Amino acid sequence: MSHVAIRIENLSKRYRIGEREPYKALRDTLTNAMYAPFRAVSSRLKGRRSAVGAQVPNNHIWALKDVSFEVKRGEVIGIIGRNGAGKTTLLKILSRITEPTSGYAEIHGRVGSLLEVGTGFHPELTGRENIYVNGAILGMKKAEINRKFDEIVAFAEIEKFLDTPVKRYSSGMYVRLAFAVAAHLEPEILLVDEVLAVGDATFQKKCLGKMGEVAKEGRTVLFVSHNMAAIKSLCSRCLLLNEGQIESSGTPESVIGVYLFLDIERGSIQYIRNSEGPFRFTRFWIEDEDGNILKSGSTGSYTRFVIEYQSVSNIDGFSVAMGIFDIYGSRVSHVSMMDQNMEISSSTSGRIKCIFKKLPFTSGRYFVTVSAYHHGSLVFLERHAVSFLVDDGDYFGCGAIKPGLRLGPVMLEHEWICEG
Amino acid sequence: MATRVFNNRTEENIPVFVVRPSRGWVAFNWRELWEYRELLYILTWRDIKVRYKQTAIGIAWAVIQPFFTMVVFSLFFGRLARIPSEGLPYPIFSYAALLPWQFFVKALTEASTSLVVNERVITKVYFPRLLVPTAVVLAGLLDFGIAFSILLVMMIFYGIVPSWAVLTIPLFVLLAVMTALGVSYWLSALDVEYRDVRYILPFLTQLWLFASPVVYPSTMVPEAWRALYALNPMAGVIEGFRWALLGSTPPDPLMILVSGVAIALLFVGGLIYFRRMERTLADQI
Repeated sequence: MSHVAIRIENLSKRYRIGEREPYKALRDTLTNAMYAPFRAVSSRLKGRRSAVGAQVPNNHIWALKDVSFEVKRGEVIGIIGRNGAGKTTLLKILSRITEPTSGYAEIHGRVGSLLEVGTGFHPELTGRENIYVNGAILGMKKAEINRKFDEIVAFAEIEKFLDTPVKRYSSGMYVRLAFAVAAHLEPEILLVDEVLAVGDATFQKKCLGKMGEVAKEGRTVLFVSHNMAAIKSLCSRCLLLNEGQIESSGTPESVIGVYLFLDIERGSIQYIRNSEGPFRFTRFWIEDEDGNILKSGSTGSYTRFVIEYQSVSNIDGFSVAMGIFDIYGSRVSHVSMMDQNMEISSSTSGRIKCIFKKLPFTSGRYFVTVSAYHHGSLVFLERHAVSFLVDDGDYFGCGAIKPGLRLGPVMLEHEWICEG
Repeated sequence: MATRVFNNRTEENIPVFVVRPSRGWVAFNWRELWEYRELLYILTWRDIKVRYKQTAIGIAWAVIQPFFTMVVFSLFFGRLARIPSEGLPYPIFSYAALLPWQFFVKALTEASTSLVVNERVITKVYFPRLLVPTAVVLAGLLDFGIAFSILLVMMIFYGIVPSWAVLTIPLFVLLAVMTALGVSYWLSALDVEYRDVRYILPFLTQLWLFASPVVYPSTMVPEAWRALYALNPMAGVIEGFRWALLGSTPPDPLMILVSGVAIALLFVGGLIYFRRMERTLADQI
């Protein structure tokens, strides 16, 4: 008996950039219609050639390229990598939401995918009704939901609000209910995307506990997360994806080690993934006082965080905030233009710079959640959009660098006075 | 959708799925659709539940719309234009046609945008996407049933006793559902790529109304043209429905046949087109 749960061979997925455009305008439709026959012919010709390795036009990107690996039954595999590395695409292919461009995957067992909590929740329906709708969408049978109903309600701690429409729920209650339904899925294989990033700390802990239980029950789990602590504690093996390929695989400790210093040579420039919208962020990097782009910052030195943005029209009243997280998923701090009553006024593109005269972070990798507000209301949010590295530095300027000694993520500006 | 699924069950009863790019025409996985029947039921139920939430008069809308349309039609087409109604009182003549017609239009309007409306679910979880427009169309049957009860009241009022032909009602309702499904599969899949669908639709249904025997009997169409006329599937459905209930002139068998074939082609064509679109759906939506 092989006990293979998932076998993946040379799995690749190509996206046409712009394929996810919100919708086609009539003008585009007409011009597209003109070109459609030619395009259809050419794409067919290309399709017939081996898709991988074939000359790919510039407007295509490989979200996943030649990925092969095998998962044994009962293994809990962590998948890490930057945003845009192909993690979600991999889960989407395995859960059959989208089709690979080439390659092959064999899946032994029923798949439950949890790419988002609360999929299919309808605000007008009550908690009770949503449990059934959401459960059914996730692949549960009605009898199964009936059986677990009380358990789900107890886990979500929403007994009193069972017959209230979920639009009246607090966001905490909403997330709790959504996760509770998902946590009671019982497929042989569970695919989980960064769903633990939501909810408060206590609930996150509870979710992690539940995930741990699932893992112990001998089910196969693929688990995508930016939370290295969760990866370390839950997973038996870990994969690092980078630009659609497997960069490293092995024990969580070793792979996380590789991840933390991934692409250190390439510098800190990273592209920010955007959803559609009139306002978008383009790039992020960190630079020194003279404007040189840094590969990594160092504790205590002058550092600028730079975010580039573009907009289709003149923008007014926008402000930007960054949440800074350590690799264990805890928020280290938060910087926001709103705290200083700052707004971007009237321009179509530009750079926003956030200056740290003395970079307070201790050595390690940090994730940055980027958000934008328009007149105070949230218009853009990308969790763990980018990351940056920090090396040990001489924070207090007295030559005392103690590499490796990390007693917390931030340094505090302070003084000592000895009297007596 | 995109993937071929072989439900080879091993000795331990663990299903094995194979995911790989599909090429050309992909067969329907009927067995999978059958396995998802509970989800279809729940999605239909959800659409019914949500439909009249936060409206003041709720389900009464299901009656008000066809009823007032009938009043307006009776006034303008019946009284002023004096369109013949085969010896039947014009109000009941038009109301009997409005039932399947409004079911059809509502189904189209809601189902055509249904994939886009359910975008979040579609990009986050897999299930046969065909269930989404299907559930919307089926949910419309509730409105149809409620509006139907008014028709019964009107039949009593006008003293119309149905003949044995009433037994064929389920057939014509089935044909109406299949027409609605067929067109909805086309439009919902098209809407994913071209949002123009939602702008074309009101215009399309308006023209379609006049191409269907709603305000006039199909006997007004010259006999030589009737077979061509019946290529409009709703022509056969509406004439059949009216005949089965009110005992108007029996529909031309040729018309029913032509409409039946048109419906079958529309339905099967819709399924095939939908199937083709389904595999790139999550990437394009």
